[in-house]
Amino acid sequence: MGLLTLSSPHTHGPNSTSKVMANVVLATLPGLAVMTWFFGWGSLINVLFASLVALASEAAVLLIRKRPVSFFLKDNSALVTGVLLGLALPPFAPFWVTLVATAFAVVFSKQMYGGIGNNPFNPAMVGYALVLVSFPVQMTTAWALSTQMSGSSILGFGDTLQVIFAGHSTLADAYSGATPLDAYKHLIGKNTADTVLAEATFNGWLNGGWEWVNMAFLAGGLYLLARRIITWQIPLAMLLSLSLCSLIFGWDEDMYTPLSLHLLSGATMLGAFFIATDPVSASTTPTGKLIYGAGTGILLYVIRTWGSYPDAVAFSVLLMNFAAPFIDAYTQPRSYGHQKARRGLPEKN
Amino acid sequence: MTNMIRLHTFHGGIHPAENKHQSTIRPLGRAPLPAQLILPLDQHIGAPARPLVAAGDHVLKGQMIADADGFVSAPLHAPTSGTVTAIETRPVPHASGLEEPCIVIEPDGRDEWLEHQGLAAQLGVDDLRDIEPRQLTAHIRNCGITGMGGAGFPTAVKLSTGQQQIDTLILNGAECEPYITADDMLMRERAGDVVRGAQILLHIVGARRCLIGVEDNKPEAIAALNQALVNLNEQHHIDVVTIPTKYPSGGEKQLIRILTGEEVPSGGIPASLGIVCQNVGTAAAVCRAVDHGEPLISRITTLTGDALQQPQNLEVLIGTPVSHLLQLAGYQPQKKERVIMGGPMMGFALPQLELPVIKTSNCLLAPTDQELPPNDIAMACIRCGMCAEACPAELLPQQLYWFSKSQEFDKAEQHNIFDCIECGACSYVCPSHIPLVQYYRFAKGAIREERAAQAKAERARLRFEERQARKEREEAEKEARRKARAEAAEKAQQEKKAAAAADAATPAAGSPPDSEALEKLQKKLDAAQTAKTRTQEKLAAARADDSLTDKVPALEAALVKTQDKIKELAQEIAAAKKAAKAAPSAEAAAGASDKGDPNSPERLKRKWETALARLETAQKRLEQAKADGSDTVTALQDGIAKQQLRVDEARSAYDAAINGTAPASTTVSAEEIEALQKKILAQQDRVRKMQERYDMARAEGLDTVDALAGGVKKQQDKLQQLQQELAAAQNPLATTDNEAS
Repeated sequence: MGLLTLSSPHTHGPNSTSKVMANVVLATLPGLAVMTWFFGWGSLINVLFASLVALASEAAVLLIRKRPVSFFLKDNSALVTGVLLGLALPPFAPFWVTLVATAFAVVFSKQMYGGIGNNPFNPAMVGYALVLVSFPVQMTTAWALSTQMSGSSILGFGDTLQVIFAGHSTLADAYSGATPLDAYKHLIGKNTADTVLAEATFNGWLNGGWEWVNMAFLAGGLYLLARRIITWQIPLAMLLSLSLCSLIFGWDEDMYTPLSLHLLSGATMLGAFFIATDPVSASTTPTGKLIYGAGTGILLYVIRTWGSYPDAVAFSVLLMNFAAPFIDAYTQPRSYGHQKARRGLPEKN
Repeated sequence: MTNMIRLHTFHGGIHPAENKHQSTIRPLGRAPLPAQLILPLDQHIGAPARPLVAAGDHVLKGQMIADADGFVSAPLHAPTSGTVTAIETRPVPHASGLEEPCIVIEPDGRDEWLEHQGLAAQLGVDDLRDIEPRQLTAHIRNCGITGMGGAGFPTAVKLSTGQQQIDTLILNGAECEPYITADDMLMRERAGDVVRGAQILLHIVGARRCLIGVEDNKPEAIAALNQALVNLNEQHHIDVVTIPTKYPSGGEKQLIRILTGEEVPSGGIPASLGIVCQNVGTAAAVCRAVDHGEPLISRITTLTGDALQQPQNLEVLIGTPVSHLLQLAGYQPQKKERVIMGGPMMGFALPQLELPVIKTSNCLLAPTDQELPPNDIAMACIRCGMCAEACPAELLPQQLYWFSKSQEFDKAEQHNIFDCIECGACSYVCPSHIPLVQYYRFAKGAIREERAAQAKAERARLRFEERQARKEREEAEKEARRKARAEAAEKAQQEKKAAAAADAATPAAGSPPDSEALEKLQKKLDAAQTAKTRTQEKLAAARADDSLTDKVPALEAALVKTQDKIKELAQEIAAAKKAAKAAPSAEAAAGASDKGDPNSPERLKRKWETALARLETAQKRLEQAKADGSDTVTALQDGIAKQQLRVDEARSAYDAAINGTAPASTTVSAEEIEALQKKILAQQDRVRKMQERYDMARAEGLDTVDALAGGVKKQQDKLQQLQQELAAAQNPLATTDNEAS
């Protein structure tokens, strides 16, 4: 007879990993568009290049590991790593920075652990942290100035390619400068808030351009929430804890970066909705996600304020990655029919 | 009709495509007789039925052909008249493709009923309410009714709620699985039977109200039920409650949560909340059984799926081959042939089609590949947590998956894997298409196996330790006897010498002091015996009274001490007596008690005392075993009973040796003791049976485990009580005997 006997359930929902990943990429597009609008072609070129590197590295390792290449490439996870790195790196970063970061992310922090689903750390952030500590100059000076500050035009596409791939960094000199977070942190020591905000970088109240970038990533994040690809706990807890810290410790604008700058500058929204929510390396229980998000927000504030780096999404996410398994073990939900939730792991006899 | 029930919701759940319309287009039909009916003896949870017929017998429709074997079991009836052609193992519908004993009937085509009538007519009463619930339950049991919803738990067992006050009867008409419409059709076309069944069940469990939960995707069924309630034309407490369509709202635990907001405790049963839940199909079957005397011989089965040309619902005789039914519905075999018994979420794919429909077969689903594509290749888990969002038991399916995969079963248990109802919601939403439920089934099976192995190893260990202890004890006793003999011999020699030296002129000088010492020892022994009885009484009191439990260890220690003392004294007495016998003066006087005579009173007494001491040790060990909840209890109890007999034998032999005949008072006591011993033996049997039932329930992961555990405890308590009575009856005897000697 040979009837087909499969285990139940025999039906499956329409969801799939590649769809999930494709949706994440899709949700980054508004942010990418706004970045390109304000900061020029650099981010777009970086995203494309990093995606290419990510896919190529993934394919190479899969070949070496004798795994089906197209099957795994189709899950789109390498693509997500590439896109996120492209978005996170400075727009005028030389190509080899992007190459090193992306290849390291895919090869060392993902495939070396066994590929998709097995990496304890967020691969994109491992790559980012590596180049941040290895190439501090390129990572802090290659940021683009918004069109609002550098005049009304962006660096041309061809020139941008030359800056990134041919090392003609002088071409970008007029278009690049420190990020608002960086500038505020360094200027506020010697000035009052009013004088700092009067600087070209800030254009009065906010940081021309960056707030729109963050709003665009927020919009993408809300799309992911609506599609139930991410849950609300991590972004909300992260943004809330960051805000709380800022209100408690940084209420004095003349001493510390103000809340508006924390929320709408740097990689805050990208971090909250796209990076901290990476399911593989984050906490997975409902309560655990709250703790994980809150921890990320607190670390983000601590490093931004008292650390030596202007932004800290990568470090705070990586530090919380360490804690995720522990958090999960102690935040089991209360199951049906149980009086209370169980905690921790079983005792070894 | 509006209902005032406030609905609750359960965590998670999914909304798969319903696909119910296909099979409800055609009206409920009746399947024609097949050439052969295959009736597995085990269609329910519990022990398989015991056949009452033999191959070649002619049976009538409705005749009982196999009886329930044990409490959790159900009888089986002939679905039509015909001849039993075989009782043999046949493949049965089971996920593992098992073969099990089946009764095979060849219908004679006459479909001739056994004479039958409703229970009220049988008993000659007019109203249902005049029938004792107990009688109704027994009737339902005799009619072979088991849960029609899926698990097939014997209905009578579920209705035997004992002391538990039942407040609410819930009829499950949710039918949340996609494709299945058997209950829907039943409610549409036989709403009267369902409502009547509800009334009978209400009377049996003594509930205040009945809620019939139906998902809102079955408006026809809801209307039919409400109409049936109006047709009742009398005061009733039955409400049809419309609940939102969400899978798995038809899970017993989920439905209870929706309708009452309460949760069945993990590992417990709904009765502990004052709730009894039955499927609407079961209620209809109860109505047929009680009002018409018809046993459960048929059920409504949905035939559906795109591989069938005429999807429909049929009333099907239990035992009808699947192939016969598929043919009726216009089955078009697919390239990758697949037939699922049950729904697409929890059903199982049949390994072949020559399998019978059983009491729990609510659906046969024959899908095409386009309809239900076979599972994709599973990808790696990306820990997205969508499974946890969908889990109706509020588990962490993803963690359970990792633990099952890495065989970290302790962690899986810690994460409540046994609360998983295997509904498949997690698998349904998993973007990586991981067959999660399969992992959980594997883990559960492995854990059960591990537990069974552990229990076995524990039993073996105890048995070994028992044996070692017994060997040591025997060795020690042998050694003690040897020493006593050697001492006595030495003493005798010395006395002989002394006697020879003192000359024959001063006779019998050594005798009086000897008997004096003996008397003293005897008195000491009596005092010790009394002390022991008192300590035992105190200990029993302390055990019975919870507030005194902390005194138990001290009292036990005291008891052991006293017993040791008694043993010591008994040995001393024995030695002294022997010495006295060995003395030349006594030798002449007591010719009867020869040293070499195995029937000398001393020997017999010693024998009896040793036996008694052994009995006490065994009893102590039994207490210990019971306290530890170890499996050796039964074995020990058997041992004790045997030892008791030995003690009695030894005592009567001794009595006979001392008095020629046993005193009248002792005889009466002995009879009483014998009666008690018989009672104990019977009780031990009961304990063992209850234990077996409990073990089975635990092995199967049934909801009744807790109730059965309580039963075991109760029976054991009874046994203990009897043993205490026995001990009490023996102690006065012992003292009398001591006085007599």
